[in-house]
Amino acid sequence: MSTSELVGGTAPTTDVPPPATPNRGKPRLGDARRGAIRRTVEVVLFVSPALVLYVAFVLFPIVLAAYYSLYKWNGLGALTDFVGFENYRRALGDDVFRGAIAHNAIIVVLSLVVQGPLAIGLALLLNQPLRGRTALRAICFIPYILSEVVTGVTWLLMLQPDGLIDEFFRAVGLGGAIELWLGDTELVLYTMFVVITWKYLGFAIILFLAGLQGIPQELYEAAAIDGAGRWATIRRITLPLLGPTTRIWAFLSIIGSLQLFDLVWIMTLGGPANASNTMATYMIDRGFQRYEYGYGSAVAVILFIISFVVAFVYQRYILRRDTEGALTGNAG
Amino acid sequence: MLSPSRGHRRLLIGMLALVTAIGAGCGTGGEDEPESGGAVTLTWWHNANADPGKAFWQQVADEYHAKNPNVTIQVVAMQNEQFKTKIPVALQSQDPPDVFQQWGGGQLADQVSSGRIKDLTEATKSWVGNLGKAAVNWQVDGKQYGIPYSLGVVGFWYHKDLFAQAGITTPPATWDELLSTVEKLKAKNIAPIAIGGKDRWPDAFYWAYLAVRGCSEQVIKDSIAKYTFDDPCFVKAGEMTKQLIDAQPFQKGFLATPAQQGATSSAGLLANGKAAMELQGHWNPGVIQGLTPDKKPLDKLGWFPFPAVPGAGDPKAAVGGGDGFSCSYKAPDECADFLEYIASVDVQTRWAGVGTGLPVTKGAEGGVTDPVLKTLLDFRDQAPYVQLYFDIALETSVGEALNEAIANEFAGKATPDEVVKALKDAAKNR
Repeated sequence: MSTSELVGGTAPTTDVPPPATPNRGKPRLGDARRGAIRRTVEVVLFVSPALVLYVAFVLFPIVLAAYYSLYKWNGLGALTDFVGFENYRRALGDDVFRGAIAHNAIIVVLSLVVQGPLAIGLALLLNQPLRGRTALRAICFIPYILSEVVTGVTWLLMLQPDGLIDEFFRAVGLGGAIELWLGDTELVLYTMFVVITWKYLGFAIILFLAGLQGIPQELYEAAAIDGAGRWATIRRITLPLLGPTTRIWAFLSIIGSLQLFDLVWIMTLGGPANASNTMATYMIDRGFQRYEYGYGSAVAVILFIISFVVAFVYQRYILRRDTEGALTGNAG
Repeated sequence: MLSPSRGHRRLLIGMLALVTAIGAGCGTGGEDEPESGGAVTLTWWHNANADPGKAFWQQVADEYHAKNPNVTIQVVAMQNEQFKTKIPVALQSQDPPDVFQQWGGGQLADQVSSGRIKDLTEATKSWVGNLGKAAVNWQVDGKQYGIPYSLGVVGFWYHKDLFAQAGITTPPATWDELLSTVEKLKAKNIAPIAIGGKDRWPDAFYWAYLAVRGCSEQVIKDSIAKYTFDDPCFVKAGEMTKQLIDAQPFQKGFLATPAQQGATSSAGLLANGKAAMELQGHWNPGVIQGLTPDKKPLDKLGWFPFPAVPGAGDPKAAVGGGDGFSCSYKAPDECADFLEYIASVDVQTRWAGVGTGLPVTKGAEGGVTDPVLKTLLDFRDQAPYVQLYFDIALETSVGEALNEAIANEFAGKATPDEVVKALKDAAKNR
């Protein structure tokens, strides 16, 4: 769950300021031309390094994946066995892959419905003047800093039968509620969701805390004078003004959920019986574990298209009002 | 937005083209000119990334260099799992390793069919016979494409104290005895069998052994060679697997148990006396040693072969797998000579003493000192044949699909028929 896609997608790259031309006398034609050349050189100089990296490590691999996906290829030797869209047909017809897409969809919905309100609530709480607030904020954020591998292995061990989690349940008198957290095909996806929430909630809280800082105090004072209660203030002032933050968070959350991989791979390998597969674990399993690189590439392209369409639609219809100006340019 | 002028647009297109060209150019770098003056460098990728194995291979490389001063060996020890992703990429590149870890079977056939492996048939003809039947698994279409230095067998590792507690004096020798052993252990509240269901391949050991015990050697060999699995003995193997699963011999939550990570892994449960048996490979004592509380070898550890099963198969046949090395297509001829040194009785005897596997070269048996490993060695050498694990013997895509289907059966999500169907489908799609 990185923010790089977002930054890459919305970085304002237009609106090069007009070059400062000497103001003395009449502007001569030569000055204008020299200015244009200078501007060109500047653009080339500043944009090239980023463009090189972007093309070499983003565009080029995407094109290659699309190319590989048309072949049946075990990753060795030359691409000779052209199969057209057979890999796509096979992927979309595979119950395991469809299951993986469904799992991603479930994680997306759960993240939005559960993590959003939870994070906003905790952010509101941590925004109150209370003792040890800084420490509490730090604690909330720590899981996000931990590496996925450390998180995955730790939770894997804690969630084993009679592990730390089971001990905890017994200690608080909930021994009867213990389940096979990772071993039950009906339950494992939701266990994974709890771990995901634990891991990424801190990031959401920090985002919302930052959003809360941006709400002018005067509005709360005015509301108080008007006799608005706490709930009315939250509903009428806080939540609407948190809108931009919420929309950005939801975007990151959706993309992150669609691309979910590390935690699942480390904790369950997508099992048992594919009950916790995601599109990304399916892709790695077929591509790298089974040496079906052509087929794996097709899955990668499908994952890319799904993510891209979701991101595009979201940007176009939901984020538009927040990014107006940055994306669309002030000239219209 | 400032609408880009035509000049700008041309500029942008030009830059994009340039950048793409640079990006594309990156893939074709690297030169592999043969060194002149008889000096040769062999790069050697192996999977013994921890001592004592790592130090041993380094010593072998140094010894070989001392004997052949013109050959320098660059040793790269890598973690086992890395080979899966690194080898295909390396073999694609212009600069593959000369000598690298090779498990034989279908994976090797994959690499051979792509023309990436050096044919060693001629170079090894004079000495490959010393390796016995083991070398067959590193052949493709009768040609030698790799040399094994280890061939292990899978069997039941058991905790002697827990067997004694349940009043079991002799390890089960037949399928029915195994099932009654399970009942006896359960009666004493001991988890009879630990299994690392999360990793899937441990599940496949059961199915593989039941197939090898239930199908004749000819059926197994033909099925793997032709990728046809129509003999009813394969469904029967799945049915017997189900019979065992239904007896519920495994530890609680076994579907999510890793095979080797931590005290709650299947090896860890055996190491800590929380389960009585585990069907595992010859490497298990080493894994268990790392998971006992004091990191010492488990002296209560015993071994017995997979029990006899009614069927057309030989009760002495083994399921196992080994380690070897292949030379890549660009490797110099010295590569085969180096492999001969690795397979020599001297090196194999000393390697056996390291205790990480069972040597294959005839005459090196004396190097095995551990009494339990000696039992395995005897079993292996008396076996009419050692069938490679199916996920290695078959092409990777088929083998992994089989593992997945068997794991699904363990999770109650696939019937014996569906396992064979998944296997056939994958064979068709390969």
